[in-house]
Amino acid sequence: MSTATATKPAVAAAPTSGKKLTPEQIEAFGKELDDLRARIVADLGEKDADYIRDIVAKQKKLELTGRALLWAGWFPPAFVGGVAALSLSKIIDNMEIGHNIMHGQYDFMNDPAYTSKNFDWDNTIHADSWLYTHNYIHHTFTNIYGKDHDAEGYGVMRMSEEQPWHPIWLLNPVFCGLLQTFFQWGTAIQEFETEKVFKGERTLADLKPAFARFKEKALKQALKDYVLFPALSGPGAPFTFAGNALANLTRNLWASSVIWCGHFPEDVEIFTVAETEDESHAEWYYRQIRGSANFTGSKTVDMLSGNLSHQIEHHLFPDIPAYRYKEISVEVKALCEKYGVPYHQDTMVNQLLSVYKKVYKLSLPDSFWTKSK
Amino acid sequence: MSLIAQRLTSSALARRVLNSSFAAALTTPHGVDRYVEMIDPLWSSTEIRAEVTEVERKTADSVTLTLRPNSLFNGFKAGQFVKLSVEIDGIRRTRCYSPANSQFRRDGQIELTIKVDPNGLVSPWLLANAKPGMIVQVSQAQGEFFIPLPHPRSILLISGGSGITPVMSMLRTLTERAYIGKVTFLHYSFTEDDVIYRKEIAEIEEKYEGIRIIRAYTNADNGDLQGFFSREHLVAADKHFAEAETFLCGPMPLMDGVRAVFEAEGISDRLHLEQFAAPTRTVATDEATGTLTFGASEVEVENNGQTILEQAEAAGLTPDYGCRIGICNTCVFKKDSGTTRNVLTGEIDSDEDVNIKTCISAPCGDVSIAL
Repeated sequence: MSTATATKPAVAAAPTSGKKLTPEQIEAFGKELDDLRARIVADLGEKDADYIRDIVAKQKKLELTGRALLWAGWFPPAFVGGVAALSLSKIIDNMEIGHNIMHGQYDFMNDPAYTSKNFDWDNTIHADSWLYTHNYIHHTFTNIYGKDHDAEGYGVMRMSEEQPWHPIWLLNPVFCGLLQTFFQWGTAIQEFETEKVFKGERTLADLKPAFARFKEKALKQALKDYVLFPALSGPGAPFTFAGNALANLTRNLWASSVIWCGHFPEDVEIFTVAETEDESHAEWYYRQIRGSANFTGSKTVDMLSGNLSHQIEHHLFPDIPAYRYKEISVEVKALCEKYGVPYHQDTMVNQLLSVYKKVYKLSLPDSFWTKSK
Repeated sequence: MSLIAQRLTSSALARRVLNSSFAAALTTPHGVDRYVEMIDPLWSSTEIRAEVTEVERKTADSVTLTLRPNSLFNGFKAGQFVKLSVEIDGIRRTRCYSPANSQFRRDGQIELTIKVDPNGLVSPWLLANAKPGMIVQVSQAQGEFFIPLPHPRSILLISGGSGITPVMSMLRTLTERAYIGKVTFLHYSFTEDDVIYRKEIAEIEEKYEGIRIIRAYTNADNGDLQGFFSREHLVAADKHFAEAETFLCGPMPLMDGVRAVFEAEGISDRLHLEQFAAPTRTVATDEATGTLTFGASEVEVENNGQTILEQAEAAGLTPDYGCRIGICNTCVFKKDSGTTRNVLTGEIDSDEDVNIKTCISAPCGDVSIAL
């Protein structure tokens, strides 16, 4: 098994496509990832518990600061500070806390407050809906066109050539902009897969349970941000209202950008249902790496992205505390090099540029850009 | 700071405000607790948290904790137990212990005596680390082991080792309430030095005439009786044992011995016992043994070695599931007791009250799951 490198076929492949590993190599590669995982899991403990509790405490302070400053939102510095603090609070709540706890990364603590099944975040998407669309569908079927709804541009963008072109996709950049602006609402109704209703694949009656979840959660969120806190500000209500809306917008743009970087850059692979049937555990790992991309940045960027700057490591080990992905990435990268598995990584700006290039390219019929390439 | 905060949060007005639907709406989705606990670590509207107020090491291998639970705790009946949770190396561990104090203790605090199991995890940790000010979690009191009302005229208490705690609580509760019947207390320990409540028992013996204490030592020749339990011991303790209601708690051999004698006498219905299942340290084998209990559905199946999710489905249950490869967390349920094996990694988990992924966990022996 350890001679995997020796058996590597010495055929020069196109650098972008990456050469496929043999089944034996994939299994050996998977085994090494399993070992890595076991080592990290055995090491989980107080350090991780302290980390998440510390982050939650910081987020709560930011949130309270933000709400308090916006209470005096008629005073411009307070408004700016309030929006900044509340935006940061919502970003940290969603990215480093909510996303990660809901993946079960801190389930090992057995503390009900940090358990995936009990946690909910400051976001309009219902936790149960998220556990289904994200933890189950997206993480199990990552980038399988026809199974992973995210890879289908959430049903509202054209993000792959697998998706047939239609004149409506001329609006692809507009759809992308709208989805980023209203990202929390987009994910809140992702479960509806509304595009399938238009196509007649789903009926409105199918949406009932999903709609009940949406109503339950979204109403509470909207009531808090757009009615109660503004009302508590009395005459300053418009400022609080605007401040809360801006904080939600900032979080939407940031969260969607981070997510776009994870799977939409151009060199990230898309898979077909047929080629991923009867996939082994190791092949699943192999697909996760080829279907994800990292971006580099400072420690703060890592934290604010919920460590999804290490999307590859997250997709390999979705239930390991995310702040450990950085240390894990060193070994993952070395393994990828050893086996010749592509490891997509670039700066955040470059990854985003690559995504937007794709958004524009795919808005046109394929014949346009395949020719010019 | 935290004391002032506790005063504030425990006032009637504060409780009303903090538990109001308005406060809930403002703090959605996290809830009021997550904010109030920043200033008052004992506060919770859902969880019974308790502060350790006193730590005493009565014998070399035991530690006695006095806890002040928050207002959610409903008290207990002498003989019942609570589940105590402590966090060790970032992981919450839960074990059952019986309060040993009178159920009428005025300050509402509870006293837990924990016998140290050198191979265990929680008890040695508590012996080494418990200190006043620590915050722990407790459950509501549970169990059917308590003296029924109206109290029987004659009560026989039998305990061994750390099984003394629920019995001690009964003894203290009875004496405090001026119980007028007859109480006989037969306690087993290795030697005199191993009797955790030696001093307290002596005080009770002196103070209350109607209470007879019989000390039995298995590894010493002083005391009232020597060696292990037998019918002779029982007669020596209380000739009229057949007319008493007997309450028993102790190690398995003692329990078995007493049970056998009561069965032979045909008075098993007068014997009440508390049985703490010894922590399971099952070694995983390829053989599927034991019973898999789905507590919430009240279904039991013979363990066939498959994953818990598969066995639940085979039993006609329809638990939630998603990926079935251990990544999405949809099929997580709470394991109440027993040992499970992670079928992907081979990892063994013997902890109680923990969440497990049922799609990748197979039972090793008896397992009970809240599904």
